[in-house]
Amino acid sequence: MARTERLALANIWVAVLAFGVAAAMAVMQAISRANLELPFRSSRMYYMSVTAHGVLMALVFTTFFIMALGYVTADKENGKLQLPRVGWAAFGLATTGVVLAAWAILTFKASVLYTFYPPLQAHPAFYIGLTLVVVGSWLWVLEMVLSWRAARKARADRPVSLAMHGTAANAILWAFCTLGVAAEMLFLLIPWSLGLVKTVDPLLARMLFWFFGHPLVYFWVLPAYVLWYTLLPKEAGGRLFSEPLGRMVFVLFLIFSTPVGFHHQFQDPGISANWKLLHTFFTMIISFPSLVTAFTICASLEVAGRLRGGQSLFGWIRRLPWGNPFVAASLLAMLLFLVGGFGGAINAAYMLNSVVHNTAWIHGHFHLTVGSAVALTFMGAAYYFVPRLSGRRLELVPLAKIQPYLWFLGMLLFALPNHFTGLMGMPRRIFTTDYAGAAQAHAWEAITGLTALGGIVLFVSAALFVQVMLVTLLMGQKEPQPPIAWAEPLGEPAGGYRAGLWDRLGLWFVVAVVLVLIAYGYPLWDHFQMERFGSPGFKPF
Amino acid sequence: MNVDLYERIWMWGTAGMLALFFGSTAVAAIGRQFQPPSHVETINPAAALSDPRFASRGVWVDDQGGVHVTVIGMMFVWLPDHVTVPAETPVTFHLTSTDVTHGYQIVRTNGQTMVIPGYVSRFTTRFAPGEYLIACNEYCGLGHHAMAGRLTVVPAAEWAGPGTAAPAAPAPEGGDHGSH
Ligand SMILES: [Cu+2]
Ligand SMILES: [Cu+2]
Repeated sequence: MARTERLALANIWVAVLAFGVAAAMAVMQAISRANLELPFRSSRMYYMSVTAHGVLMALVFTTFFIMALGYVTADKENGKLQLPRVGWAAFGLATTGVVLAAWAILTFKASVLYTFYPPLQAHPAFYIGLTLVVVGSWLWVLEMVLSWRAARKARADRPVSLAMHGTAANAILWAFCTLGVAAEMLFLLIPWSLGLVKTVDPLLARMLFWFFGHPLVYFWVLPAYVLWYTLLPKEAGGRLFSEPLGRMVFVLFLIFSTPVGFHHQFQDPGISANWKLLHTFFTMIISFPSLVTAFTICASLEVAGRLRGGQSLFGWIRRLPWGNPFVAASLLAMLLFLVGGFGGAINAAYMLNSVVHNTAWIHGHFHLTVGSAVALTFMGAAYYFVPRLSGRRLELVPLAKIQPYLWFLGMLLFALPNHFTGLMGMPRRIFTTDYAGAAQAHAWEAITGLTALGGIVLFVSAALFVQVMLVTLLMGQKEPQPPIAWAEPLGEPAGGYRAGLWDRLGLWFVVAVVLVLIAYGYPLWDHFQMERFGSPGFKPF
Repeated sequence: MNVDLYERIWMWGTAGMLALFFGSTAVAAIGRQFQPPSHVETINPAAALSDPRFASRGVWVDDQGGVHVTVIGMMFVWLPDHVTVPAETPVTFHLTSTDVTHGYQIVRTNGQTMVIPGYVSRFTTRFAPGEYLIACNEYCGLGHHAMAGRLTVVPAAEWAGPGTAAPAAPAPEGGDHGSH
């Protein structure tokens, strides 16, 4: 395992460093919302910082941390990785990509935000760097799929662990959806930014981006679900309630995550209403596995709370180990996710979307999902895994204990007010909010101050996390650590579960491909039939 | 698969809720044609300013008396940046961009659309009387936060009429249904 541990820790290092830089960038945005006139505050700086924050948090921190979790899961499943060298090649490619993209962004050559919609045109290093990150992650996918197959073979008619099942489903989902962004990069943006072609079709680029962009959300969330299903019940002192349903949940995400991208393009011209409606229906279906998860996790936690002596209807909640950094981070992440889930249903609603699209509501929303459900769970997971991978004890434990609570507080202050200003029509991603004194803009002012305060609290929490990580990784006391252990299922039949329909990921992948052909095949074919006019690049930054 | 009774109830309840969402969305979208802006029409962005569909911009009235507004978005202005329309009357907006992607958002209404170069956006909605800020809600460069306009909505009886003649080549029908 020592080799796998090094590989996982290398990925966690990149994740933590990216997280630190991204958190520092967010301070720039808090200063803007607070309307502080500092000498370095400029719109050029602001939009650069939004780009850096988005790319480093949403694309780099998440992807590297997820790759690390995958290696740990696969190694625990089979006692080794199938292709350890390929894992290092993945790390090398992806890290090179991060350096290239970060250079382009931080030198103001790529202030195109993490959605990088053309005809805004970044430096080629930005597109090439991000493509390398994706190519590196494909090698990781290969390892995950091979590990899953090896485990299936070794266990004959017994299923692989739920952790391996969810991880493999997520890897397959990722390989599939990244085809969209890879096509956007390789056929449109890279040749265009290098000057090999003069124009791109901005709408085609948006369609390819959102083919990738929505499943990307699930690529972030599923590892958090894996941790909630397989690690949280154990750490909370209980067992996993209805394990077989968990297998179904991950398969449903594999099937329904991709044919939904038009719900990000409700307000786009050039896509007919009926196809948007079809994507809306698929989007509604995707909420089903999340709601099943909500029940299963709560039931598992109740089992834990009662095993710890919790008595009355809600008495078990108090008995959960709220002082365990991983448990606290996960529980607080779920509470925030509950709010974020309601907001998401509104974003994806066919008609309500026109009230919130591209307003402050949107970043309010996804800071509760990716910024809390995912990021806070990952921070908690880092407190659990880093000592076990490095053989060093967790240092600065009191800071690790309060950090999740600070994040929770900061996120409430940041995300909830953004929902309100969003409903009041405040656009997202704006350097200033005054709109030359317009009355409607004036109404946002009191509330934006709260989001700035939330941003500062979040920054303090982020700084504590980075500090705990660095001190543990660099100076942590070497001492034996307990092993990594997944939760035992509750009510497992004698002799264990048998592998069933939900364990056949190859079959479900075929179903996913068919659904995507239905949802995207005709609209894309139809799109190519139109007389289209491309756009040259613009660099207004 | 053996599933706990309470969990079964929960799953059926979830399925029922989703059926309700399906049904209400289908009734509104198909039955009543409440739909997001989904007009399908292309245009050469480099020539949009002189294109017959966008050469004269502002408020105009069609043969049937329908009120329309034609707007071009470019870094970092809306052309025109102030329009006056009658209240409680369906108004159809026609938009395109000559450079990057913008977002036309009439603050505190459901009137908004992405404005993508190479494409013509269209939506229809109605307004209560008042002064509205029109913001750009898609990042378009360093002046994004300053890209704004104004919509004045006056009671229909007080409306002075269109400021502009109808365009020489009106946009083709079909392919879309604006929001209401
Ligand atoms: Cu989405
Ligand atoms: Cu803009």
